[in-house]
Amino acid sequence: MEAIAFYLFSVITIGMFAIVVFSKNALYAMSALAGGMIAISGFFFMLDADFLGAVQIIVYTGAVMALYAFGMMFFDTTKDVKENIKEDKIVNALWISAVVILIVIVSVPFVSDHIMLDASTSDYKVIGANNPQAVGIFLFTKYLVQFELAAVMLLVAMIAGIILVSKKMDISLTTTVEEKIEKEEFDIKDAK
Amino acid sequence: MENYVYIALFAPLAGSLFAALFGDKPKTLLTGIVTSLLLFVSWYASIKLLGYIDEEHIIHVKMMDWIAAGNFNVDFGFVADQVSVIMMVTVTTVSTLVHVYSIGYMDHDKGFNRYFSYLSAFVFSMMILVMSDNFLGLFIGWEGVGLCSWLLIGFWYHKKDVPTSENPAISPAYAANEAFVMNRIADLGMLIGIFMIYWNLGSLEYDTVFANIGSLDGATITMIGVFLFIGAMGKSAQFPLHTWLANAMEGPTPVSALIHAATMVTAGVYLVIRSHDIYMLIPNVGYFIACLGAFVAVFAASMALVNLELKRIIAYSTLSQLGYMFVAAGLGAYWIALFHLMTHAFFKSVLFLGAGNVMHAMDDEKYIDKMGGLAKVMPWTMRIMTVASLALAGIWPFAGFFSKDKILETAFAQNHYFLWALLWIGAGMTAYYSFRLIMLVFFGEERYKKFGFHPHEAYPYVLLAMAPLAILAIIAGFFEHSFMHFVTQLLPEYEPHVSKGTFIFLLVVTLGIAISGITLAVVKFSKGNFDEFFKKLGVYDVLINQYHIPDFYQRAICEPYAKLSEFAWKKIDMRIVDATVDFIAGVIYKSGDKARAMQTGNLSTNLKWMALGFVVLLAAALFYRPGM
Amino acid sequence: MITLTHYLVLSAILFSIGLAGVIRRKNLLLLFFSTEIMLNAANIGFAAIGKFYGDLTGQMVAFFIIAVAASEVAVGLGLLVLWYKRTGTIDLESMQEMKG
Repeated sequence: MEAIAFYLFSVITIGMFAIVVFSKNALYAMSALAGGMIAISGFFFMLDADFLGAVQIIVYTGAVMALYAFGMMFFDTTKDVKENIKEDKIVNALWISAVVILIVIVSVPFVSDHIMLDASTSDYKVIGANNPQAVGIFLFTKYLVQFELAAVMLLVAMIAGIILVSKKMDISLTTTVEEKIEKEEFDIKDAK
Repeated sequence: MENYVYIALFAPLAGSLFAALFGDKPKTLLTGIVTSLLLFVSWYASIKLLGYIDEEHIIHVKMMDWIAAGNFNVDFGFVADQVSVIMMVTVTTVSTLVHVYSIGYMDHDKGFNRYFSYLSAFVFSMMILVMSDNFLGLFIGWEGVGLCSWLLIGFWYHKKDVPTSENPAISPAYAANEAFVMNRIADLGMLIGIFMIYWNLGSLEYDTVFANIGSLDGATITMIGVFLFIGAMGKSAQFPLHTWLANAMEGPTPVSALIHAATMVTAGVYLVIRSHDIYMLIPNVGYFIACLGAFVAVFAASMALVNLELKRIIAYSTLSQLGYMFVAAGLGAYWIALFHLMTHAFFKSVLFLGAGNVMHAMDDEKYIDKMGGLAKVMPWTMRIMTVASLALAGIWPFAGFFSKDKILETAFAQNHYFLWALLWIGAGMTAYYSFRLIMLVFFGEERYKKFGFHPHEAYPYVLLAMAPLAILAIIAGFFEHSFMHFVTQLLPEYEPHVSKGTFIFLLVVTLGIAISGITLAVVKFSKGNFDEFFKKLGVYDVLINQYHIPDFYQRAICEPYAKLSEFAWKKIDMRIVDATVDFIAGVIYKSGDKARAMQTGNLSTNLKWMALGFVVLLAAALFYRPGM
Repeated sequence: MITLTHYLVLSAILFSIGLAGVIRRKNLLLLFFSTEIMLNAANIGFAAIGKFYGDLTGQMVAFFIIAVAASEVAVGLGLLVLWYKRTGTIDLESMQEMKG
């Protein structure tokens, strides 16, 4: 059962992501990415990481993909960005070698032997709670500082996103005085 | 009373800083007046202290902790005791008057404000030197006066270098550097002495050091005494470190009067007097000091016999008198050394100031064979300089008589007849060259007319500033007994014991040679130039070339050193050190140049490089075996 | 039986797909997509190791990676929009200003 699920999801994610990378149409790429993300959450559920799986769906498929979708509205997606992708031997050699080496590293017995451990010493059982509870306990005790930092970072990123995309941003706010900005805005209106 | 200590010490500093504010401005008369007034304040405070201090009242102030590093503790402390207060009064008296004098002398100089800033800074350093209660503070003052001396010798730094045949000092800047370097050599000795004191006694404060010095073994004390004296030799320009003093005459004349006659050069004598507790334990070193002093007394006087540069003659005379002081200090007659230091400060500074008047009137002409007959135009300068020369020659009742006579008496009473004879000859030479100078400058044929000079008497206030010094040069000798009672509260008492008959014999013999020296000079030079006699004698060349010692230093030390430096520069530095550095730089530069091609500015290319790096790291991880 | 190695191999494959995208594509938007793929590949690796070690830390790291990814999208997309407004293109080749 587990094996079936694993291989199913593996085929879906790999296929989806391959479409993302090799597709010429940005819209297809985005849709495929969203699908791939949902499939990845399947792995998280299989790995007893229920909370992470839920977060994956909400954040990626809900928030990030929506953001990309909005972003793409800005860009004229009807006409493809002309990508002169040369079938560069070097590029292919690079990423293929990366695949090979990575797989070798993780699958060669002497490496994975070190990693393999008995799953019975799991923290879940020690704490005696189900996954979201355990995550909550960990997050608000051991990882509280990191959690708060992540929160601040997200806030900063949000503000940055708003400021960057807001109207006046084709003028530098830091180096121009206010009246000049207003005047230039006026000029832009005139031009329109 | 403590406040007087601080006032005396810091008033010159305040003046210096004030004048420094105007350093880059053209002449501001205010700076001269303010610095002079502040020095007057300092002088007043010193006089107050002089009246206050006696056996029960010695002022010892700790301004602050200075250095506290581990076990090493030095306070920034000052002491006003009998010795330092005498030095303070001497220094402030001379420097106040020299400041006033300088207002007139530097009248037309562009660096007027700068000059007063330096001069007051010098007085401040000198006050630190004499007032410090520990060796480290003394050393700070010691270096401070060295620095100010360097600044002031090289005050006219813009003058060009000329060959030694034209001017033995080459240029003010050169002379300043020479003085500085010579003093560094000596200061190294002094530093070693100070280190040894600290190493062996764990303290640098005079009180502690002198109380415990006796506990050390003889060899160590001797070493300390010798090294400290090396420092004193440099500052007081004793043989063989004497050449800088004559060249230091390149500075403005009031500087010579203050620094190179009255105060700084006597710092070496002060050091020996201050460390008398050390030197009393090592009479052999003391005797060596006395011998060296006597040798310098004659050696320097002989160079003054034929020299034609006005200030150089007086500089040699200073050297010679410093030799007298070291004889007294070396023979244990510390109070006599201090007494001669004080009287010498008065008559020598006024002699220099008089020379300054003459040179100022003669458009900075320094050769006395171009002068002559100036008595008619400069009567007051002539009178003052004659008085000072009489004092220098040691004629009763002038100040020099009392102090110099005591030194000769000391040498005789301790049965050092050879030293006495040297000093006796020196006294005759002193009298002769002093009056040779007076005769050549003020009397005889008016040679200056040939060279087109128009001399004039100095400003009245300049003469007025010289008057107190001249008066002191006359009367200071009569304070001998009160002086002795005052300073022997701190210094060991010493009175040469000679029988009444011997005393009178010595008096007559000494006065006799001084008077005969004067007579010889007056009689011979009123008839014409007497220097021909020395030329016939065949010693003229040796004397005028300072026994060829500067040449010898030049050939034996400077030139080999220059060659060594050039070798180190061209071979070691350029071929090895620089080449290594250049090679490393070249490798980095070339590899950067080659690697620049990677930077196409194309993000895609950058990403490819990044990916390559990633793959390389992965490959490295493949071969990484931690703990295997 | 699915072992840790299975998950790690999957993670490696996904990561390499992302890497290939990053170095092949010239469309900046697609570059962002590829980055997301790489981040997710790493997440799978962390979660899997966390499970097989019996340690929640793996999940925690994955969680923070998601936070970072979200921030990155917000800021990156903002910059991308700005760039598009200025130049009218999101082609990677248009960014040549850093040529040294």
